[in-house]
Amino acid sequence: MRAKSIVPGKRVKPKLGSDDWIMRGFIALIAIYLVIALAFPLYAMLSKAFSTYHYDLGQFEFQVSDQEGQFDGTILSARELNEKQQAYSQQELSTGSGGRLAVTNFFPDFSFRSTVLYKVRGIDDNAVFLVGSERKSGTVWQEVDSNKFRKVVLRPVKSTGLSNFSIYFSTPALVRSIKNSLLISAISTIITVSLAFWFAYSLNRSCMRFKGVFRLIAMAPILVPSLLPGIALVYLFGNQGMLKSVMMGESIYGPYGIVAGSVFFTFPHAMLIITTALAISDARLYEAAVSLRASPWRTFWTVTIPGARYGLISAAFVVFNLVITDFGLPKVIGGQFNMLAVDIYKQVIGQQNFEMGAVVSVVLLIPALFAFAIDRIVQRKQVALLSARSVVYEPKPNRGFDWLCFSYCALIAIFIVGILGVCQYAALIKFWPYDLSLSLKNYAFDLMDGGGWAAYRNSIKLASLTALFGTVVVFIGAYMVEKTQGFSVGRAGFQFLAMLPMAIPGMVLGLAYIFFFNNPNNPLNFIYGTMTILVLCTVTHFYTVSHLTAVTALKQMDNEFESVSSSLKQPFYKLFVRVSVPVCLPAILDISIYLFVNAMTTVSAVVFLYSSGTALASVAVLNMDDAGDVAPAAAMGMMIFYTNIIARTVHALVSRGVLKRTQSWRTR
Amino acid sequence: MNKNHTANPPNASNTPFLTIKDLWKAFGKFVALREISLEVFEGEFVCFLGPSGCGKTTLLRAIAGLDLQTSGEIEQGGNDISNLPPAERDFGIVFQSYALFPNLTIEKNIAFGLENTGKGKAEVSARVNELLELVGLPDQGKKYPAQLSGGQQQRIALARAIATEPGLLLLDEPLSALDAKVRVFLRHEIKELQRKLGVTTVMVTHDQEEGLSMADRIVVMNHGIIEQVGTPAEIYRDPQTLFVADFIGEMNQMAGKALSGSSVQVGQQKLSCPDHEFKNGSQVIVAVRPEDIVPHGKGARSQGAKDTIKTPGNAFEVIVSDMEFLGSFWRASLQSSKLGDARLIANLSINAVHRMSVEIGKTLKIEIPPERIKVFPPSQKVSQGSGLEDV
Repeated sequence: MRAKSIVPGKRVKPKLGSDDWIMRGFIALIAIYLVIALAFPLYAMLSKAFSTYHYDLGQFEFQVSDQEGQFDGTILSARELNEKQQAYSQQELSTGSGGRLAVTNFFPDFSFRSTVLYKVRGIDDNAVFLVGSERKSGTVWQEVDSNKFRKVVLRPVKSTGLSNFSIYFSTPALVRSIKNSLLISAISTIITVSLAFWFAYSLNRSCMRFKGVFRLIAMAPILVPSLLPGIALVYLFGNQGMLKSVMMGESIYGPYGIVAGSVFFTFPHAMLIITTALAISDARLYEAAVSLRASPWRTFWTVTIPGARYGLISAAFVVFNLVITDFGLPKVIGGQFNMLAVDIYKQVIGQQNFEMGAVVSVVLLIPALFAFAIDRIVQRKQVALLSARSVVYEPKPNRGFDWLCFSYCALIAIFIVGILGVCQYAALIKFWPYDLSLSLKNYAFDLMDGGGWAAYRNSIKLASLTALFGTVVVFIGAYMVEKTQGFSVGRAGFQFLAMLPMAIPGMVLGLAYIFFFNNPNNPLNFIYGTMTILVLCTVTHFYTVSHLTAVTALKQMDNEFESVSSSLKQPFYKLFVRVSVPVCLPAILDISIYLFVNAMTTVSAVVFLYSSGTALASVAVLNMDDAGDVAPAAAMGMMIFYTNIIARTVHALVSRGVLKRTQSWRTR
Repeated sequence: MNKNHTANPPNASNTPFLTIKDLWKAFGKFVALREISLEVFEGEFVCFLGPSGCGKTTLLRAIAGLDLQTSGEIEQGGNDISNLPPAERDFGIVFQSYALFPNLTIEKNIAFGLENTGKGKAEVSARVNELLELVGLPDQGKKYPAQLSGGQQQRIALARAIATEPGLLLLDEPLSALDAKVRVFLRHEIKELQRKLGVTTVMVTHDQEEGLSMADRIVVMNHGIIEQVGTPAEIYRDPQTLFVADFIGEMNQMAGKALSGSSVQVGQQKLSCPDHEFKNGSQVIVAVRPEDIVPHGKGARSQGAKDTIKTPGNAFEVIVSDMEFLGSFWRASLQSSKLGDARLIANLSINAVHRMSVEIGKTLKIEIPPERIKVFPPSQKVSQGSGLEDV
């Protein structure tokens, strides 16, 4: 608006070329995808959290006949009847979306064998009641005999308000979870970040041997579902655990188990971030410190820590977010110790109280969004540091220090390998702790609840489809948003939608999907309970990291490629196919393996969405553990682990092969 | 086409090939280009020259359609192209970053624009070879861009840009990423190629040497406006504004005041100069190029040549306060009680310095030829910017 006043003359309106239209079409398509797969479900969930249901008795009217079936025309309001009979208290009149209220309690003389007839109607079209399974509404009198009148139930009306939240906050058992979740996440964060920092420090700053092996081992927890360490901990420290005495009477079921397991599964995430932060510090600062005769201790606090501070902060918030939103681990080892994510599961699956599940989701969303926002801000600063980097630090051998680092890393590696080893051991023995002979009977998944080998095959199918469609959608979306000219409002909106999934806990997303897709009025209702919805949900759940990977790769490409191509009058898709995709192929392969591995291990989002035909391996681990089949659960968990190792190996080989063929230009 | 739009079209051709009319570009509240009107003639090599941030690249991108102007018209070859997307315009472009597709061979890079134009494979291949020959890099077609040097890559980018025989060639700081030596070499290469092909060319540069040596005409830009348009010699010899005088080459600037008619005064020294329109006694900047200062005295001219002072009023004595050897000449800092606080820089030939044995502290007689003196208003920048600082 302001520009109008400072620039005279008629504004030039761009004429859009065919490329512009095609690209905008693609952006619109992928934006619609994100709206359907993310925005609408979240909206459905939020509105559910603020929806309350109660029976509005003023809506209903009755007539009662005499023994001969003759009505005298007296109309009785349900509200007046209730006031007279005190049939239902005010509290009993508030209910959930599925609530049904029997009407016979309004009539103390009611007997289903009598010959009395009843008439019932609403006072307007909003009044809904059921006669048997038939849904009736409106002001037409429905006449039923006594036997049928037993089966007349009233349906509640919906209103919007905060009463769900007031119920939540007045239920001590539920509120306690907030404190539990925050406490456990904070403790796990402190422990994980400290352990990961020294691990990353050893990898970066020492000349110890076997760095590559340590790095590989440290990454292993990414390849298993988060609940697997829980199973291992049960075998180690549970009631019949191998090392139960270590616990000195304390129970592993509860905070200790959750913290230990959380440290295991969040360790690689923290280690990766801190390693990156340490790798960018400037060697010249260390040379300056040495020349100023600073002690190593002083150098550490004045050079190393400030240089890595963004990495440390970022790692802390990522770990915090992972722990507070994780559901599998506290479910397996939490015992009576309630966490927010488990509360959602319990409310929805256990009590069928969807409104309360939505309320807990909203509560969980707050710390998750907060941690996400801080991480994003810090990451941006880290990037600024990175671009200003100069000389890479090269560690010098130091016998004592190197041995110290080696011992430390070996301890961590033993912890990680130990946890996985215990799971594998548990999977292979007949009956812990009574019959320790080896057997494969725990692999007979088809004999147990949880979905059997079909679940394992489903998981592979889900992971492959997620990797395939996810990579295509993510990369095309990132390309369009990065390389389109103008259209800035649309692109900003798209960017926001692409970042959102990272802030949404899996449980919340899964629940949101129930609300949105299970609604019979939704034209997309048909995908509910199919593999499609699982793929859709998983792609969306892991969209952000994939999107950022693609954007980073695209940003590294010269911005003028598009300009040159259009000056040569070539359509953008030719450039896309012949240049953009080949140049970004390493990133594309990284995205696909990331999606594959996460689809194999994820529990939280899909636990609400699988059906009997689409049971998944990760969910099977959960369900078999729940049913007491702990050894088969461990066996299935390790199957996921091995599958991911194979996938990663294949990915590495394919990458190398493809890179050799298509990236020969990289070498001079 | 309105041929009569410019008063004196330069000799290249009388048809304006590219016409820019009252073009403005704003980024939010910042006005990057204001009131730009310009004509480029067929076959001409025009240079947009200016410091960074002056709007020269913005103007080039508007011509290419890569960043549309806010208002104003652009005509190319008689067609209004003001709002067309790049693909519907007719130009080839070369960027500072080369922007060669890294995963395609040199051949494929050059052939990129030739594909799906109805040409057969053999025809495309022949054209690619012809272009490789033209830019002096035959036999390099099978290599990847990363295997070539920067200068070679830029020549490939040039070959790719002209492959489709565009009517207009746009060069966006094409030499800025290269070493000094390669730059000078490529300067000639590009100029020669342009002459051979006769393609109308617009180049953006911040390097005045590049502009002076390559362009038929230079468009000097500053703060989003055109300061002056002219041939390199015109721009250098006859700068219209203090900015141009200062930006192109070097210029002594002395605060002084105008006297009536054709003279000015710096300190106590009166100097004859070309006619000016300043009021008697008003503040002015008196400017003269260092190489225009003429030394006088024994040994000032080579043997046999006469050493005559043409305008005695413009001759005075100075003390050499500093000397700097710059290879092909000496740069002397001169001061004089008559000039007051003003300092003068003069470029003296090595021979003259040798013959006159000029040294620091020595007194020297110099003359400033009146016709070489330029007089500018003192606060020119503000009046020219026409309130730009306020936006």
